[in-house]
Amino acid sequence: MTTLKELAARPERLSGGHRLCAGCGASIVIRQLLAAVDNPMVVGCATGCLEVATTIYPYTAWRTSYIHSAFENVAATISGVEAAYKALRRRGAVAEDFRFIAIGGDGGTYDIGFQALSGAMERGHRMLYLCYDNQAYMNTGIQRSSATPLGAETTTSPVGSVLPGKSRPRKDLTAIIAAHDVPYVAQAAPHRWRDLVTKGKRALDTDGASFMNVLAPCPRGWRFDPAKTIEILTLAVDTCFWPLFEVSEGRWTLSYRPKEKVPVAEFLKVQGRFRHLFKQQNREVLAAAQAEVDRKWEALLRRVEG
Amino acid sequence: MSRAQQNRVAITGNEAVALAMKQVEPDVVAAYPITPQTDIVQYFSSFVADGEVQTEFVTVESEHSAMSACVGAAAAGARAMTATSANGLALMWEVLYIAAGLRLPIVMPVVNRALSAPINIHCDHSDSMGARDSGWIQLYSEDAQEAYDNILQAVRIGEHPDVLLPVMVCLDGFIISHSLENLKVLDKEQVTAFVGDYRPDARLLDAKRPITVGALELQDFYFEHKRQEAEAMVRSAPIIEAVADEYARLTGRKYSFFEAYRMDDAEVAVMVLNSAAGTARAVVDQLRRRGVRAGLLKLRVFRPFPGAALAEALAGLSVVGIMDRAEGLSAAGGPLFVEVRSALLGRPRHPLVLNHIYGLGGRDVGPDQIEQVFADLLRAAEAGEARQQVTHIGVRD
Ligand SMILES: Cc1ncc(C[n+]2csc(CCOP(=O)(O)OP(=O)(O)O)c2C)c(N)n1
Ligand code: SF4
Ligand SMILES: [Mg+2]
Repeated sequence: MTTLKELAARPERLSGGHRLCAGCGASIVIRQLLAAVDNPMVVGCATGCLEVATTIYPYTAWRTSYIHSAFENVAATISGVEAAYKALRRRGAVAEDFRFIAIGGDGGTYDIGFQALSGAMERGHRMLYLCYDNQAYMNTGIQRSSATPLGAETTTSPVGSVLPGKSRPRKDLTAIIAAHDVPYVAQAAPHRWRDLVTKGKRALDTDGASFMNVLAPCPRGWRFDPAKTIEILTLAVDTCFWPLFEVSEGRWTLSYRPKEKVPVAEFLKVQGRFRHLFKQQNREVLAAAQAEVDRKWEALLRRVEG
Repeated sequence: MSRAQQNRVAITGNEAVALAMKQVEPDVVAAYPITPQTDIVQYFSSFVADGEVQTEFVTVESEHSAMSACVGAAAAGARAMTATSANGLALMWEVLYIAAGLRLPIVMPVVNRALSAPINIHCDHSDSMGARDSGWIQLYSEDAQEAYDNILQAVRIGEHPDVLLPVMVCLDGFIISHSLENLKVLDKEQVTAFVGDYRPDARLLDAKRPITVGALELQDFYFEHKRQEAEAMVRSAPIIEAVADEYARLTGRKYSFFEAYRMDDAEVAVMVLNSAAGTARAVVDQLRRRGVRAGLLKLRVFRPFPGAALAEALAGLSVVGIMDRAEGLSAAGGPLFVEVRSALLGRPRHPLVLNHIYGLGGRDVGPDQIEQVFADLLRAAEAGEARQQVTHIGVRD
């Protein structure tokens, strides 16, 4: 798939009419991913915005087989589906070549579902686990997760008279899953759709476990105009706040290198959750946010070159 | 169906469970070790390693994931099983309700063990009793033979289109799981024929008819589906009977909701679950020799709770002692006691009902303790009232 026209002509596997907010990054990510798949598939979804907004009984937005079980167990649930597939195929009860996708938000992936994810990756089920990372628990009203960046305001890391938002930097989940030595791991963002679709295809063609971490802006939680989702994504990647890369069979490669590394303040200042960082008294937090981006970016470059 | 030729084997309770699972040969087993269930996982791993079963064995990283994988597998259209004990069952708690709510007929042996804290590895029923309202059918087994027989029947009961509920088969940790017993078992072919195929109406792995499982239901639909689930539990009762009848024709071993031992003319009786029934039976015989009209009611099916039949069976007694191997921690007695007493309420005539809590954390229950229960019951019968409604027996002050 090389043109937007081709992408648009692909069958729509996530129908319109779902209840995700306007400008929600999650639906863009999922539509692009599903466009990469020709095979029949089973999608599993962890509890979260995507799940509640797409399957309000008696409706479903999913034109694939879909299962939701709980918040922390989508990796285990899809492990069971994939095991069933192997068994049923062996005894001739399924003929088609299925694909399996587990989807979780950052809360369902970095935090409460981390153990189940790690287990599924280690066991090597043939599945893609995709995290749509909107950097907080949005479904329950914007609480901090371990994916929430340093300094961000959420309802459990509020800006108070003594605390300036979240006090800890993000957990580097993509690197942690890469350390599981699964055959394919990638980080992506939907404004670079061709990259995302290509990575989705590679992941699903992998004979084993694969993982993708995809940035999915949330206009409500990040506090920006829903028309600006793509602009925000562009800034996230051009500031190196969210680098695009893949780790294929242990080899790290950069998918995109910004021509000029934009200061992270450009990404932060367009979002209400970081507004307080631009006050005089929080100058140090803003500097720390830039230092964190620089440190991670340089570490990534070393991995890519090393 | 004609009576099957059966083989005699001397095996432990856990081996009997593993053998039943091997003969059922589910599509998927996802399990995690915990004492005293661990042998089952190990035996099953060997069956897989030796190619004796075609089952996909998922060596999950926790019991929460074991039950979650079973949910995924069953929704996909596979027959799925797991097995656990105590803390493992507690860790599954959230997903037990999901398995039942999604109407997935997963079968799970539960090797009963006390729940922490204090941590303890020995038998009581606090684990499965904690899951009594999760929408699972619960079958209890006095010995390894019953555990084996219950597992084979559980597959048929749960998968029946009128039921579609998961089934727990409980047996006592160590007392049964680790004791050698002589039992009669079927051949693999007979089991295959008896359990048949799992053919759900809809499954995730139907490429032509994709489905959505586990949708969000709010004020407008949740209640209807919960009522359907409750009705399925009610409907399971005649299916349990029918499956037992068919199993009896095949094996000669007839099961029901409970076993009434010397109850016909009994004046005083105890009611138990699982292995304590053996000891209680011996005590009843002894009391009978001394002229006491004693009886025993051994409950096999706790869910669905056979309240009306139990009330009927207990109606002629002057006193009954409900023996709970679990503390309700409710200030109202153990779980079995509470349910039996409520089943008797509103009957024109019913016995005095006392509660005896015994055997927690594997505390041995010998004939002396059960004699003590009967003595207490006879005292109450004579006085026409209980000195104390809930008594802990076999415990130091
Ligand atoms: C065991 C459990 N704990 C808590 C919840 C409540 N809960 C539901 S969704 C959610 C947050 C989801 O966050 P995330 O995974 O980031 O997805 P998002 O809503 O942001 O898309 C929480 C806390 C739950 N459903 N289950
Ligand atoms: S709250 Fe955020 S993540 Fe949730 S649907 Fe709205 S935009 Fe998407
Ligand atoms: Mg989130």
